[in-house]
Amino acid sequence: MRKLWDIHGGIHPPENKEQSLKLAITQVPLPEVLVLPLNQHIGAPALPIVEPGDKVLKGQIIAEPNGFVSAAVHAPSSGTIAAIEDHAIPHPSGLNAPCIMIHPDSEERWCELQANTNYQTLAPEQVLSIIRNAGITGMGGAGFPSSVKLQPRQSISTLIINATECEPYITADDRLIRERAEEIIIGIDILAHILGRPEQVLIGIEDNKPEAYKALESALTSSAFATTIEVVDFPTKYPSGGEKQLIQILTGQEVPSGKLPAELGIVCQNIGTTYAIYKAVYKGEPLISRITTVTGNSCTKAGNYETLIGTPVSHLLANAGFDEFLCQRLIMGGPMMGYTLDDLSAPVIKSTNCLLAADIEESPPSNIAQACIRCGHCSQACPANLLPQQLYWYAKAKDYDKLAAHNLADCIECGACSYVCPSEIPLVQYYRAAKGEIRLIEQENVIADRARQRFEHHQERLIKAEEERNAKRAARKKAAELAKLAADNLTADNKGNTQTDEGLSGDTDIIQAALARVSAAKASPEQELKRLQRALSATENRLHKAQQKLEQGKAEDSTYGTLEASLEQSRLRHQEAVNNLSAYTSKNEASDTDNDSDKATSDQDQVALDAAAIAIKNAQQKAAQQADMSVLEKLQNQCDGLLKRLDKARNRLAQAESDKDENLEAFSNALTKLEGKLVDAEAKLAEAEAEAEAEAEASDAESFDSKSLEAKPLNKEQSH
Amino acid sequence: MTELSSLELLFTAVLALVVLSAVFGAILGFAAVQFKVEGNPLVEQVDALLPQTQCGQCGHPGCKPYAQAIVDEGEAINHCPPGGQATINALASLLDIPAPELDEEHGEEADVKTVAYIREEECIGCTKCIVACPVDAILGAAKLMHTVIASECTGCDLCVEPCPVDCIDMLPVPQGLADWHWDSPPSSAEQLQGLNIIATDRRPDVAA
Repeated sequence: MRKLWDIHGGIHPPENKEQSLKLAITQVPLPEVLVLPLNQHIGAPALPIVEPGDKVLKGQIIAEPNGFVSAAVHAPSSGTIAAIEDHAIPHPSGLNAPCIMIHPDSEERWCELQANTNYQTLAPEQVLSIIRNAGITGMGGAGFPSSVKLQPRQSISTLIINATECEPYITADDRLIRERAEEIIIGIDILAHILGRPEQVLIGIEDNKPEAYKALESALTSSAFATTIEVVDFPTKYPSGGEKQLIQILTGQEVPSGKLPAELGIVCQNIGTTYAIYKAVYKGEPLISRITTVTGNSCTKAGNYETLIGTPVSHLLANAGFDEFLCQRLIMGGPMMGYTLDDLSAPVIKSTNCLLAADIEESPPSNIAQACIRCGHCSQACPANLLPQQLYWYAKAKDYDKLAAHNLADCIECGACSYVCPSEIPLVQYYRAAKGEIRLIEQENVIADRARQRFEHHQERLIKAEEERNAKRAARKKAAELAKLAADNLTADNKGNTQTDEGLSGDTDIIQAALARVSAAKASPEQELKRLQRALSATENRLHKAQQKLEQGKAEDSTYGTLEASLEQSRLRHQEAVNNLSAYTSKNEASDTDNDSDKATSDQDQVALDAAAIAIKNAQQKAAQQADMSVLEKLQNQCDGLLKRLDKARNRLAQAESDKDENLEAFSNALTKLEGKLVDAEAKLAEAEAEAEAEAEASDAESFDSKSLEAKPLNKEQSH
Repeated sequence: MTELSSLELLFTAVLALVVLSAVFGAILGFAAVQFKVEGNPLVEQVDALLPQTQCGQCGHPGCKPYAQAIVDEGEAINHCPPGGQATINALASLLDIPAPELDEEHGEEADVKTVAYIREEECIGCTKCIVACPVDAILGAAKLMHTVIASECTGCDLCVEPCPVDCIDMLPVPQGLADWHWDSPPSSAEQLQGLNIIATDRRPDVAA
């Protein structure tokens, strides 16, 4: 008898295995459609190599592995590829994912298979490539590609075959062992061959499966490998089927946190995977079917079914006598670690070991979680030796540093803590959420680091370009100075040769010339005054025109912005002209060249200026009123922003038209698009403004009245 | 052993102190030169907490300048809409100050991450967006079509405004299976909503 070790914690939930053990493994008839998700495993999704409409044979590869950690997908039956599209998949998220759909032709024509009964003569690498090409992944539930797990960098001393099947209800492995033990033994020998004949090969099995144990023993005695393979049974406890837990039970070694069993020289494989490997190597058949337990009180024919991968769950359930009305919850996987499946069109995939159609007795609705009373039952039940109550505390507070310090990553999500919790706190759900958050934060940090690096490089490049520009500028300046200096020297030399006495005369000449130019520019005062007056009246006219246009433009909202801008511009010009004039007249007054007519004109100007200022003020007020009119400021802002962009686009278009730009079409495109956007925004705005409109009109009319009243005296003054 | 006079005692004590101070001074001086820290390490720490979108919504030309401003000029820590409340909380705990609410003046926290997308058939190749991009995530050359490297785009929005033909859209990042993770279970308060656990509340006829 082999020495066994015990694991920390663990629970003994009701096993409920007998209901699905009554029937032998049954073949499921061919469904109407087979749905094959491209990602049935951990790692990168497979790449489809078929097109819709292609004829495929049974066992033909239809999607290739994409990278090292990936697995191929094969056609489970002969038929036609119907489509490659998103479809419901068995996943806790309930999201859709890309799948290959096959319409089987029910001829079941196999593609050519290459059986390797003499695998011992093949090199381990060749056997590995057969396994990889057969698309084999872990059949226990996680679905890690087997070929990756079977080529560790370390030398392996122990091969452990996991026949524990510790989760309640599931009997797929039990039934498989009872019926196909000889094939499994060959599969184990293939594994031992790949791993270079490890010192010990152990099959770990719980003592609640005595028949399976006997079947393995008798298969072993009749086979050639009796001396090398040992079947070990140990007391039933959940979750002794966890990889690290099983290793500890059988060898007493603990796999350190964050390390792989291979680092201890141990490889662990599920017994279902072993059977798939036997089929792939010994018979040449890729992984196209698996044994799935269908159980629960809502199924009249609970049992184990040999199901083609890709069979819709609804089809499988229909064959097991599924009663939809009895079913409270359909669980994919076992009751401890499985998840609720909402969409029955989702297919059976490579890692689907169980479908539990639970009625209300088996899966009562969960009660409201009570407060944690720190009883510590969870930490006594935890098989990974963690402190679930502390993890719960920190997960709730989203304290991810503390979670990492308490080794959240080592949680195997077995659900033992939730099972024993007297407050019925869904602990595992907290841990799963926290693990997901941590993963997301890590991903974001990676992205942020990259962005930071790129930003820094960007800044460096800009600084470098700026420095280069400056250096060039400095060089040019220096060159120019040198050239000037050379020229000066030349002239100085010339002067020195011819007129040495009048060395300074050149400079004085220049100054005098400049003075003369200035005095010439200073025309007679009358002329200057007239010029300024002309400028004033011109700007006044322009201001008036702009105001009129603004009035018109208010009717059509779209040109309002431009008009306002042009009004502002003419107002500025007018202001400038007025300033010039007043400055000039005040100067004239001071310098005693007083002139009555001048004074009259300037007074008149002053009055006109006041009137204009009032008009501008009115216009501005009106604009402000119009801005205040809208109820939904956000919409208004959006509209305004669009208007601005529209103006910009218009100006650009006009510019492009005058320049005969080759991108004219693109610009006009952009303009029409912006206009479309504006119309949309305005339509939204119109609804909101419907109420405010009446009010706005009233205020509009009011302001218009006052404006015309003010405009009259202005005309009077001007007519003087 | 001969008794030391009081003067000798004083002299010894002073000498000992002088020697000690000289030794420790030398050690400190050496450490100051040898282990000199370049720049302010706090700026690096603050920068590490910022989301690195480089969007400039805080009014600084990038995340590092904002970090610099927070540390040197005491700039408020709630000016970063892309980081949202999570970033504000992290900054507050780093700087040991109370965490304020996000300042809405600088923008609102977005619900979904976005990434810029150029409608390539409409692009005229003006390079204006390339100049605007703070992380060099736009590829292209003058008069040739541009495109965004989606994996490098931080969704900062800075390329939309300069585009003369308005061909850049900010599209939400598609959420696939890879991004999915389990949700936290509802809190008991949420579970209790709509459920009257007080017996008299449950039976209004009895309560009345």
